[in-house]
Amino acid sequence: MSFISYLVNGISLGSIYAIIALGYTMVYGIAKMLNFAHGDVIMIGCYFVFTMMTSMNMNPWISLLAAIAGCTILGVLIEKIAYKPLRKATPLAVLITAIGVSYFLQNLALIIFGADTKSFTSIVNMEPVRLAEGKLVISGVTIVTVSVCLVIILALMAFIKKSKSGQAMLAVSEDKDAAQLMGVNVNRTISLTFAIGSGLAAIAGVLLCSAYPTLSPYTGSMPGIKAFTAAVFGGIGSIPGAFIGGILLGVIEILGRAYISSQLSDAIVFAVLILVLLIKPTGILGKPVHEKV
Amino acid sequence: MAMLEVKNLGISFGGLRAVDGFEVQIEKGQLYGLIGPNGAGKTTIFNLLTGVYKPDEGLIRLDGEEITGKSTIDINKAGIARTFQNIRLFKDQSVLDNVKIGLHNHYKYSTMTGILRLPKYRKMEKEMDERARELLKVFELEEKENYLSSNLPYGEQRKLEIARALATEPKLLLLDEPAAGMNPNETKELMDTIRFVRDKFDMTVLLIEHDMKLVSGICEELTVLNFGQVLAQGETSQVLNNPEVIKAYLGE
Amino acid sequence: MKKLNIKNMKKSTKSNFITYAMVILVFAVVQFMVSGGMMSSLMQGLLVPLCTYSIVAVGLNLCVGYLGELSLGHAGFMCVGAFSSAFFTKYMVPSGMNETLRFLLAIVIGTLVAAAFGYLIGIPVLRLRGDYLAIVTLAFGEIIKNVINVMYVGRDSAGLHLSFKDKASLNLGEDGEMIVDGAKGITGTPHQSTFLIGVIILLISLVVVFHLVNSRSGRAIMAIRDNRIAAESVGINITKYKLMAFSISAAIAGAGGVLYAHNLSTLIALPANFGYNMSIMILVFVVLGGIGSFRGSIIAAVVLTMLPEVLRGLADYRMLIYAIVLIIMMLFNWAPKAIEWRQRFSLKRLFHKNTEEVQ
Repeated sequence: MSFISYLVNGISLGSIYAIIALGYTMVYGIAKMLNFAHGDVIMIGCYFVFTMMTSMNMNPWISLLAAIAGCTILGVLIEKIAYKPLRKATPLAVLITAIGVSYFLQNLALIIFGADTKSFTSIVNMEPVRLAEGKLVISGVTIVTVSVCLVIILALMAFIKKSKSGQAMLAVSEDKDAAQLMGVNVNRTISLTFAIGSGLAAIAGVLLCSAYPTLSPYTGSMPGIKAFTAAVFGGIGSIPGAFIGGILLGVIEILGRAYISSQLSDAIVFAVLILVLLIKPTGILGKPVHEKV
Repeated sequence: MAMLEVKNLGISFGGLRAVDGFEVQIEKGQLYGLIGPNGAGKTTIFNLLTGVYKPDEGLIRLDGEEITGKSTIDINKAGIARTFQNIRLFKDQSVLDNVKIGLHNHYKYSTMTGILRLPKYRKMEKEMDERARELLKVFELEEKENYLSSNLPYGEQRKLEIARALATEPKLLLLDEPAAGMNPNETKELMDTIRFVRDKFDMTVLLIEHDMKLVSGICEELTVLNFGQVLAQGETSQVLNNPEVIKAYLGE
Repeated sequence: MKKLNIKNMKKSTKSNFITYAMVILVFAVVQFMVSGGMMSSLMQGLLVPLCTYSIVAVGLNLCVGYLGELSLGHAGFMCVGAFSSAFFTKYMVPSGMNETLRFLLAIVIGTLVAAAFGYLIGIPVLRLRGDYLAIVTLAFGEIIKNVINVMYVGRDSAGLHLSFKDKASLNLGEDGEMIVDGAKGITGTPHQSTFLIGVIILLISLVVVFHLVNSRSGRAIMAIRDNRIAAESVGINITKYKLMAFSISAAIAGAGGVLYAHNLSTLIALPANFGYNMSIMILVFVVLGGIGSFRGSIIAAVVLTMLPEVLRGLADYRMLIYAIVLIIMMLFNWAPKAIEWRQRFSLKRLFHKNTEEVQ
C-alpha cells in the first residue's frame, strides 16, 4: 500500500511540475527562449497570496485570483522590458538577461519579505479521502492539485485548438516571420503567452506551497529548474509533453526518494532525464529536427 | 578505369523516391555536368556521393575503391570534396583559415605540439600558409587572405569554397551550382577558373548547374535528371538537343 | 567591407600579449597595495576567488565561444577538480610529502580528473545540440554535486573505505580517519592557494587556450562551430575535436576548482559553490565579457565579483542593484536598437567618417 501512496504523492508533485513546465514550454515554443525567471514568478505569486492572507486577512480564493492577476501582469512586464528588445539578439544574450531578471526577483523578494522562511498555510482545507479501509490516505491538497492540473492542461489544449489566439500561437511557434506575413500580431501573441504562463505560475506556486508549506525568496528556483527539465523531458514546445514530463519527473523523484536514497533523489531525476535524451534526443513527444544540406 | 562509377543508386524519403536507379561513369580529368529541373534530385545525389545520406541501394566506386555507405569524413579522405548550393563557409574565420581548415588532413601535428608551440608547429604552420596562399592565388583571393570570409562578396565566397575543397586534395570535385548568383562576367571568369583547375590539378569535376551557358561551355558530358531518374546521358551537345530534355526543361 | 579585426587575426599575437600584460600588471599593482597596507582584508580575501572565477570563465569561454556549445555544468567540473585534489592532499598529509610538490601534484590531479570527467560526460552529451545539451550538462553538474554529498571515504590501517550510505557503514577501525565525510565534505585541507599561484594558473590557462585556438586543432574546433556539415565535408573528425575542446574546457574549470579547494579549510559541495547557480554565474561572466574573448571573461569575472563588495555599503540593496546592472548591460550590449544607437554616436565615427566602407 505504501507504494501506491508514494505513487499518488509523485503524481501530485508531478502535477505541480507539469503546470510550471507549461509556462516554460509555451514560452520556449513561441519565443524560442528559456525563461529562467519563470521559477521566480512562482515565488512572487506565493508571496502575493501569503501577504494577502496573513497581513490583510483576505479570503484565500480572492488572494489566489489577485496573485494570478499580479503574476500575469508581472510576466507581461518582464517580457516587454527585458526580453522584447532582445528578440533579434543571440539566444544566449536573452538567457543571461533572463538570469538577471531571476536575480532581480529573488532579491526584490529578499528586501520586501526578508530572508527568513515563512510557513505557508495551505489554502486547501478539504478533508483527506481514505481508501482501502483507511490504509491509503489521499490528502485534500493532492486531490485538488491533480484535478487543477488536469483541468488546466485540457483547457489549454482546447484553447490552442479552438480559439483564434491559440491558432496564432501555433502559427508563431512554427514560423514567426511567416505568421507575421499572414497577419498575426506576433508581439501580442508573445505577450499573451507570457501572460498565460505567468498566471499558471501563480497557481502552481500556491499549490506547491500548500503541499510543501514553506516560503522563501529561493522557493521557486529548484522547482523551476526541475519543471524546465520536465518540459525538456516531455519534448519542449509540446503541451501534452509538459504534462507527461512533469508527472514522470514527480513520480521518479518521490519513488527514488522512497526506495533508493532520499539524498540522491535529485541525482536520480537528472540521471533519468539524461537517459531519455540520449535515447530520444528531442524528448518523449518532441519532433525530430533535420538539417537541410 | 573510371574515376567515378555509380550503379543503380537509389534513396527514398518517407515514401518519396528522391533518386531512383541513378547510374553514371565519369572518366579521370573529365568535366561532367549534372542538370535537371528544380527538385529533380541533383543535390540529393551529391549528398549520397559524399555520405551525407546513406543510399537505400546501389554502388559508388571512386577510382576503383568502393565507398558506398561510408561516412562523409572517410569519403573526403578517399578523395571527394564538394561545395554547397547554399554557401557553407566558416564564416567567423579568415579567408586564409578557411583554406587551412581544408588542409587539415594533409598537414598534421598534434594538439600538444600546437599548445606547446614546438618547432614542428611553426614549420607546419608555415607550410600550410604557403600552400593555402598558393590555392588562394588560383582564385585571385590572395589579397584578401585576412578578410573575414563572410565579408567577401558572393562570387568570391563561391570561389573560396572551391579553394577550400581543393585544399583537401580530392580526386573528384563536386560543385553544387557554382555560378549561382554570379553575373555573366563572373560566370565567364568562373568557367575559365574551373577549366584551369582541371588542367592544373588534373582534376575530375562533377558539377550541378542551371546556367546553360556554363554547362554547354565547359561540360564535356552531361546527365539530365528528372523526378529522380536519368532522362538523358551523353555528350553535351547531343544531350541538349534531345527532344525529351527540351520538353522537360521548357514544359509542354 | 570591413577588414578582419586585429583581435581575430590568427597571426596577431598582439592581443594575447595585451591580455598577459593586463594580468601581470594587475598582479603587480595588487601586490604593491597589499604590501603598502592599502587593501582591506576583505578585498584580500577576494583575490583567490577572483582568480578561481577568472580561470573557470576562461575554460567555459573555450566551450561556449569556440566549440559553440552552451554548458551549464561547469561548476560540476570545478567540483570534481576541487574534491579530487583536496582528497589527494588530505590523503598525502600524513605521509609528510614536501608541501610544494604535494600541491603541484594536487593541481595536476584535479585538472586531469576534471578532464577525464569532461571526456566521459562529453561522449553522450555532445551528441545533443543547443538547449538540450545545456540542460544535460546542468543535469550532470547537479548529479556530481549530489553524489559527492553522499560519498563517505575513510581510512584506517586496513586502507581506504568507501560508502555511499553513511559514515557508520565504512566500519573504520580504531585508528580510522574520515577523509570525505558526506555532506560535511572534506575538512582540514591546508591553505595553500595564494594569489600568486592563482595568477600563475590563470596565465597557464590563457597560454593553453590562446595557443589551442591558433593551432590546427583550434581551427578544426571553430570549423565545427561555424558549420558542422562543411567541417565534415573537409574531413574533420567532429566527435574527436568536440570531445577535445570539451575536456580541455573541463580541465581548466577543474584547475580553478583546485585553487578553490585549497583556499578553504572546509570544502563542502553546496548549491551555492558547485550547483547550477555557480555554472550560471560563470556563464554570465563569459557572455558579459564577450563570447570568444578570454580577456573579456577575466575582466567581467573581476568586475562582477567586486561589484557586490563595492556596493556593500548599500547593504541589502546590493544584489538587487547587481541584477539591474546585469539586465541593463545585457540590453545595452545586445539589443539591436542599442547597437544601432551606439554605432551612430560612437567616437570613432565622429572622428573618422570614412573608416567603414559600405559594401
